Amino acid sequence: MAVVSTPATLERALPAMDNAEVLRIRNDFPVLDQFVNGRPLVYLDSGATSQNPVSVIEAEQEFYEQRNAAVHRGAHYLAVEATEVFEDARQTVADFIGADFAETVWTSNATEGLNLISYALSNAALWAAQGRGDARLKDLAVGPGDQIVVTEMEHHANLIPWQELAFRTGATLRYIPVDDSGALRMDLAPDILGERTKVLAFTHASNVLGTINPVQELVSLGRKVGALVVLDACQSAPHLPLAVKELDVDFAVLSGHKMLAPTGIGVLYGKQEFLDVLPPFLTGGSMITTVTMERAEYLQAPQRFEAGTQRISQAVALAAAVNYLAETGLERVHRWESDLGQRMVAGLESIPGIRVLGPAAGLDRIGLAAFDVDGVHAHDVGQFLDAQGIAVRVGHHCAQPLHRRLGLTATTRASAYLYNTTDDVDAFLDAVAGVRSYFRV
Amino acid sequence: MSLDQLYQQIILDHSKARHGSGLAGIAAPEGASTGQSHQLNPVCGDEVTLRVAVEDGKVAQISWDGAGCSISMASASVLSELAEGMSVAELHEVIGKFREVLRSRGKIHADPEILGDAAAFEGVARYAARVKCAMISWVAAEDALNQAS
Repeated sequence: MAVVSTPATLERALPAMDNAEVLRIRNDFPVLDQFVNGRPLVYLDSGATSQNPVSVIEAEQEFYEQRNAAVHRGAHYLAVEATEVFEDARQTVADFIGADFAETVWTSNATEGLNLISYALSNAALWAAQGRGDARLKDLAVGPGDQIVVTEMEHHANLIPWQELAFRTGATLRYIPVDDSGALRMDLAPDILGERTKVLAFTHASNVLGTINPVQELVSLGRKVGALVVLDACQSAPHLPLAVKELDVDFAVLSGHKMLAPTGIGVLYGKQEFLDVLPPFLTGGSMITTVTMERAEYLQAPQRFEAGTQRISQAVALAAAVNYLAETGLERVHRWESDLGQRMVAGLESIPGIRVLGPAAGLDRIGLAAFDVDGVHAHDVGQFLDAQGIAVRVGHHCAQPLHRRLGLTATTRASAYLYNTTDDVDAFLDAVAGVRSYFRV
Repeated sequence: MSLDQLYQQIILDHSKARHGSGLAGIAAPEGASTGQSHQLNPVCGDEVTLRVAVEDGKVAQISWDGAGCSISMASASVLSELAEGMSVAELHEVIGKFREVLRSRGKIHADPEILGDAAAFEGVARYAARVKCAMISWVAAEDALNQAS
């Protein structure tokens, strides 16, 4: 059942993706085959949530039709079957992100993964203070006077858990600012991190700007000061080859629903040396060794962080999604989407009154573009596009501080995936070109 | 339902005219009792700060500041024109009617006799995601009225 990613050498030998291949891919996605407001649906909101191929929908259905049972308990046939596919799914996803089996923890989504880390770190302080657990917890614990560093471009999910960690522990939250183009001020970063920096958390790819951040440079800055490095891979894992161990980050999170899987399943990657000693976030069934009326001892990772009955069918479906992506080849997907992103930006920049956020045309970006239309609010832009069957995201995209920094409150964002053609992008561009005249700006 | 039924000319006009906007520059009538309310739509960041001035049981003035989409700005503009001169009780009733129409998903028609230009927002009721845009200033007015009277 486990399919590993297409080896890079083989993938390079495959031809680049083209519209003909994308049209075949689209046949696997039933939801895309419909009319909205009398027009064929053009779905350009995969940055918010992606659609599911038939193989993913069937994997979940097959689980319920043939194998449904609680995992890791019971000796009956179904329980064994369910446990097997559940753990096979973990191996498939671990291989896909370049992690080891025991370092791959199921969560509901990336948001839960980030909260899990932040609570484990404040719990570490509580444990260390009472001499509980491993001696290394003293080094991991976040406390008064420590620093947590994020960036100004973070999604709220990679900002608020750290604000709250700072609040709980008395640590200080600092951030690496962005410049007017939205790029990280890497020149300032070395002075923002310091000896007391315990955590450096940043996004791999920005959900608003489309930039891919310099992970290696950031990791080495984090290493210099002995900080834990946390990578938000929500917008990268679905779209480009990700190898968390190669990147040498300490933790990484992703959401399944952004990568062809259903909602309710995500992954936390953590280096085993940390996962095995950090205190749990949620406690309860399935994550313990011995329980008395007074206290409990906990299993090692991954079960240590998987309290309660797990999202079994969703995990199986995520493995099916990952197989779908691996079979297509993420390097190929990445190149196709980069081209779509470039097409969006070049097209948008040629329309009067449009300001595209993030890197200019020709510079690296993933397959998305957020933009402001002079004189027309993003909600009106989104409504206008919807009337033509085009689905985009409007608002602050869960990045209020970044929008404020760029002098905006809301923008419109188009985000592509492997099932989008150049025709989709062109239909979107044609529609955007009509926005300002419709609203008489 | 076409886009033009949502964005009626009257709405597009009001979204640019913005009657009653410029809170800081407009003084409340002397002797009037005032109430002020700030409302925010966290989904899109739209916001309105609206002040109601009441004199002898009547709405003497509505002024506001805001940032948002054409529906929310037009709605605040229409409201400030419509409300002036109404009794407090009348305005409460009109706000109630407006809310009823907008929450009806298109089932209840707006009566132009009662709602005036605000009847143009009838089409918004069919777009569940936009109902809050049209309501934001009316919610602010309701809150401000309660403080003023």
